[in-house]
Amino acid sequence: MIELKNIHKSFEDKQVLRGVDLQVKKGESLVVIGGSGSGKSVLLKHIIGLLRPDQGTVMIDSTDLLALDEDGLNEIRKKFGMLFQAAALFDSMKVWENVGFGLKRHTKLPDAEIKEIAVQKLKMVGLVNIEDVMPSELSGGMRKRVGLARAIAMEPDILLYDEPTTGLDPIMADAINKLIIEMREKLDITSVTITHDMKSAYKIADTIAMLYNGVIIETGSPDEIENSSNEIVRQFVEGRAEGPIVLEGIER
Amino acid sequence: MLIKFIEWIGAAVEGVIIGIGKISILLYNVLRGIFKPPFEIKNTLRQMLEIGVNSLPVVLITAVFTGMVLALQSYTGFKRFGAEGLVGSIVALSMTRELGPVLTALIVTGRAGASMAAELGTMRVTEQIDALETLATNPVKYLIVPRFIAGTIMLPALVVVTDIIGILGGYFVTVVLLNAGSRTYMKATWDFLQAEDIYNGLIKAAFFGAAFTLISCYKGFYTKGGAEGVGRATTGAVVYSSMAILISDYFLSAWLFK
Repeated sequence: MIELKNIHKSFEDKQVLRGVDLQVKKGESLVVIGGSGSGKSVLLKHIIGLLRPDQGTVMIDSTDLLALDEDGLNEIRKKFGMLFQAAALFDSMKVWENVGFGLKRHTKLPDAEIKEIAVQKLKMVGLVNIEDVMPSELSGGMRKRVGLARAIAMEPDILLYDEPTTGLDPIMADAINKLIIEMREKLDITSVTITHDMKSAYKIADTIAMLYNGVIIETGSPDEIENSSNEIVRQFVEGRAEGPIVLEGIER
Repeated sequence: MLIKFIEWIGAAVEGVIIGIGKISILLYNVLRGIFKPPFEIKNTLRQMLEIGVNSLPVVLITAVFTGMVLALQSYTGFKRFGAEGLVGSIVALSMTRELGPVLTALIVTGRAGASMAAELGTMRVTEQIDALETLATNPVKYLIVPRFIAGTIMLPALVVVTDIIGILGGYFVTVVLLNAGSRTYMKATWDFLQAEDIYNGLIKAAFFGAAFTLISCYKGFYTKGGAEGVGRATTGAVVYSSMAILISDYFLSAWLFK
C-alpha cells in the first residue's frame, strides 16, 4: 500500500536520508524508531508529499506520488490523515472548525452537518463539549486528541502519526496509544508512526523499523526488535548512552 | 581581509538574487491562484476588513496631520515671497501624487504587513502550513492570495481617504488657524489639481499594496527557526517592504508623471 524505494534527501550540505526502503501493507501499523535528528520526521513528510526526495520513489496504492501534479497530489492526500507532533491546530478557528476543515473545503455539506460530524469525531477521541472552544484554551493532551479527530474527519485510509506521545505525561501517553490502537481496529486504518518512545512503539506496532544514519537498519515484529542482535538496535531500545551510536556533538 | 570583503559582497549579491527568484516564483503562483477556483471570497473579505477598515484610524490620523503640517510649512515658507495663495495647490498635489500613497503604504506596512509576517511565520513554525497541505489545501492559495488581493484593492481605497482628509487638514490650518481666505485655498486646490494626479497616485498605491503583501507574506511563509525566526521574518517584512515602496516610488513616479 505504501512503498518507499531508495529515498535520498539532503538539506543544504546535510544528508539526512541515504537510501531508505520501506513497505507498509494494508491495515498494518508500522512504527519507525530512531534518535532525535535521525530524519524520522523527514521520512514521514515524504510519505504525504510535504517533501520531495532528491532521489527515489514513493508509491501510494501503486500511484507514483512524484509523478502527480498539484491537483493529483491533493486528491491523493484526501486518503491521508496526519497527526502533528504539537497537533498544529489552526489557532484562528474553533475546535469544531479545525476538525471539520477538510469537510468544509472538500464537500458541499452545510455547516450544521459539518459541526455534527466534528462533534461525533471528537467523541471518538474522548472529547465532549469542547467544540466551541478555541485551541489555545486546551491542554497538550487535548490538543493532540483534537488533532487526531481532525486527522480522521475525512475517514482516511492511512494515518500518519508524528511522535504522538512526545511531551505528554505517561498516563496521557498511554491513553493516546490506546486511541491509536482503537483507530486501527475500528476504522481499519493503515498507519505509520514515528517515535522514540519504545513503550509506545511496542504497544501500537505490528512492525517496527529502525532508522539510523539515513537508512533503515532493521525491520521486525516488536518481539524481534526487542531481542535484536544488532548492537545499534539494542542500544536504542534499551536506552543506553554507551554503545556504538554516536551522539552528535557529545564527546566521550 | 580583502578576500573576506569580496566574499561578503558575493554572498550578499547571491542572497538578493536568490530572494528575487523565490519571490518571483511566489508571485507567479499567487497570480495563478487568483484565477483558479475555488475562490477564497470569504477569506479575501476578511483580509480586506483587516488591511483596509482596521487600518482606518491610524491612516486618518496620519493623513490629517500630514495635510496640516504641509499647509503650515508651505504657508510660512511661501509667505516670504508672497505666494501664500498657492498653499492649497501644494497640499493637494503633494498629497495626491506623493505623500498620500507613500505614507499610507508605509503605515499599513507597519501595521498589516508586520502582522501578516508574524501570523504566517507562526503558522509555519507550528506546522500549521504543513497541516493545511495534508488537508489537501494549497497554502499559497488559501493564505497568500486573499491577502494579496486585499492589499492591492484596499491600499488605493485608503489613499482616496488620505487624499481627502489631508486636503481638509491643510484647509483647516490655512483657513481656520492662519486665517487665510477659504475661497483662495479651494481655488488653488482645484485649479492645479488634475484627474491624472489622483489616479496615478492610486496606481502607485495599488502597486505598493501588491508589493508589501507579497514581501510580507513571503517573509512569513518561508520563516525558519522558531520564535526568533518569526521575529526576524516580521522585521524583514517591514524593512524590505518599506524599501521596496520607497525605491519603486521613484521609478513609478518618473514613469507615471511625465
